[in-house]
Amino acid sequence: MSKEEKKVNRRDFLFTASYTVGAVGVGAVIWPMIDQMNPDKAQQALATTEVDISNIEPGKSITVLWRGKPVFLKRRTPEEIAEARAVDMDDLPDPQKDEERVKEGKDEWLVMLGVCTHLGCVPLKDKGDFNGWFCPCHGSHYDVSGRIRKGPAPTNMEIPKFEFVDSNTIKIG
Amino acid sequence: MSEHEYIPKSKAGKWFNDRLPLLTLGAHLTDYPTPKNLNYWWTFGGILTFCLITQIVTGIVLAMHYVAHADLAFASVEHIMRDVNYGWLIRYIHSNGASMFFLAVYIHIFRSLFYGSYKSPREVIWIIGLMIYLLMMAAAFMGYVLPWGQMSFWGATVITNLFSAIPLVGDSITTWLWGAYSVDNPTLNRFFSLHYLIPFLILGLVVLHIWALHVPGNNNPVGIDIKKPSKDTVPFHPYITIKDAFALLVFMIIFAGFVFFTPNVLGHSDNYIPANPLVTPAHIVPEWYLLPFYAILRSVPDKLGGVILMFSAIFILFVLPWLDTSKVRSAVFRPIYRQFFWILVIDVLMLGYVGAMPAEGIYLVLARVGTIYYFLHFIVVMPVVGYLEKTDPIPMSISEPVLNGGAEPSLARKVNDKV
Repeated sequence: MSKEEKKVNRRDFLFTASYTVGAVGVGAVIWPMIDQMNPDKAQQALATTEVDISNIEPGKSITVLWRGKPVFLKRRTPEEIAEARAVDMDDLPDPQKDEERVKEGKDEWLVMLGVCTHLGCVPLKDKGDFNGWFCPCHGSHYDVSGRIRKGPAPTNMEIPKFEFVDSNTIKIG
Repeated sequence: MSEHEYIPKSKAGKWFNDRLPLLTLGAHLTDYPTPKNLNYWWTFGGILTFCLITQIVTGIVLAMHYVAHADLAFASVEHIMRDVNYGWLIRYIHSNGASMFFLAVYIHIFRSLFYGSYKSPREVIWIIGLMIYLLMMAAAFMGYVLPWGQMSFWGATVITNLFSAIPLVGDSITTWLWGAYSVDNPTLNRFFSLHYLIPFLILGLVVLHIWALHVPGNNNPVGIDIKKPSKDTVPFHPYITIKDAFALLVFMIIFAGFVFFTPNVLGHSDNYIPANPLVTPAHIVPEWYLLPFYAILRSVPDKLGGVILMFSAIFILFVLPWLDTSKVRSAVFRPIYRQFFWILVIDVLMLGYVGAMPAEGIYLVLARVGTIYYFLHFIVVMPVVGYLEKTDPIPMSISEPVLNGGAEPSLARKVNDKV
């Protein structure tokens, strides 16, 4: 009896083949149901924003909306740049040089997502212990380069993809 | 129910019942033998059923006037408040109803913890109950997002960002939940859809919860197994129905007190400011019923660690029946566990309080102490106390302590007898 059971027969093949085809079919139906929740074409179409930066004085910043999220554009003073570059890498929870966070030759322009990397609140400018930003939700402190210094946020504020279209315009995205 | 097969009196009733035995079910629910010593803590099952039906009925009505669009949602809620006939009443019942629902469910859960209702043979009832509780939290969270005020928007942002703590796929999951690159109109749309769905899932689970309850029957304040039906039981109707009805009436008076006299006291005034993706409110707090978990989240200085601990605080309850090693169900006969039970109650209330306070200074210290105790209670106290505790004698039957003026040791069984 047991020997007969172990023998692979025509019926076993049919079962396996049916389950396999069935699983592929179910998967093919489930995937569209899942993927429909991802950002649609209309959302993706909002992927770039152009910003006029000619009116921003040194030391000032503006906030623009890009893909539903705030982006901070800050024109930093030479002192602020010097301060950001004087920081010891060992003091940073997420070590990153200030030079890596700006475009070369455009060091005064800090363009970053104004989204706290903890749970997504918008940090307040010119606040906190490090002369940069402070997130009121759970107390994360960022420095003048937008790097996390103190608090629960795990990483520095994100630098989005951006480029200088001309000397007065930045394209984000 | 099973001993006497129910036979409808009328011919039509018999004809129908032979084809769909609904009348048999009705007879079962009416005659269902219930322990005669159930106290008022046992009335919250009925109260919770009332809460669910209230939320479904008022919710369906609100959906007739609400518009799930980022540009229109806030105004449509104000339209309900100002223009729709009795819209203010229906919305205040719905928003305060959520709070009353959670108030009742917390009492229901702590009653189960005190009287050991989660223990064998009622583990499945307990687990289904926890699934209902999880769905309630999801429904409440999504419902809070719908008015599209500042707290709606930023609460949604913070909670959905919890998933971004997951390594590697966290950001993709968060974007998938949003349907955009931030909390936006697609998010509001799907939250409305799911908010409408979940109550019906809960309703289905409630049926299973009651079904699973009717297999072993109710636990009771002395926590012993009883014969059914016997002199220890009374029929559900009219004895329990009338007691439930009275408790429900008292509950409804408190409910109405909130709705008519202080309808916004449990909400947050910032939610009357339309959502603004550029400005986060200075002090974000969830609704009161989620505060203990929020305190646990914030007590951990690490993002992923905080998220894991917060979810663990809920999921540890699922294994509770196997963490409790005591053979005695009711804390009435457990002098040591009883004290730890009240420490847990105070601990959870304290966590709720510090969850509403800024995460700094003494509040952070209290949150950490409270979090540590919360987990110690389930992981250490419950298994260890169950082994070491010398429990008080338990009665032979429910009638006994009543008829003999107390749990006389001579009449009581030894603890190691089968309970």
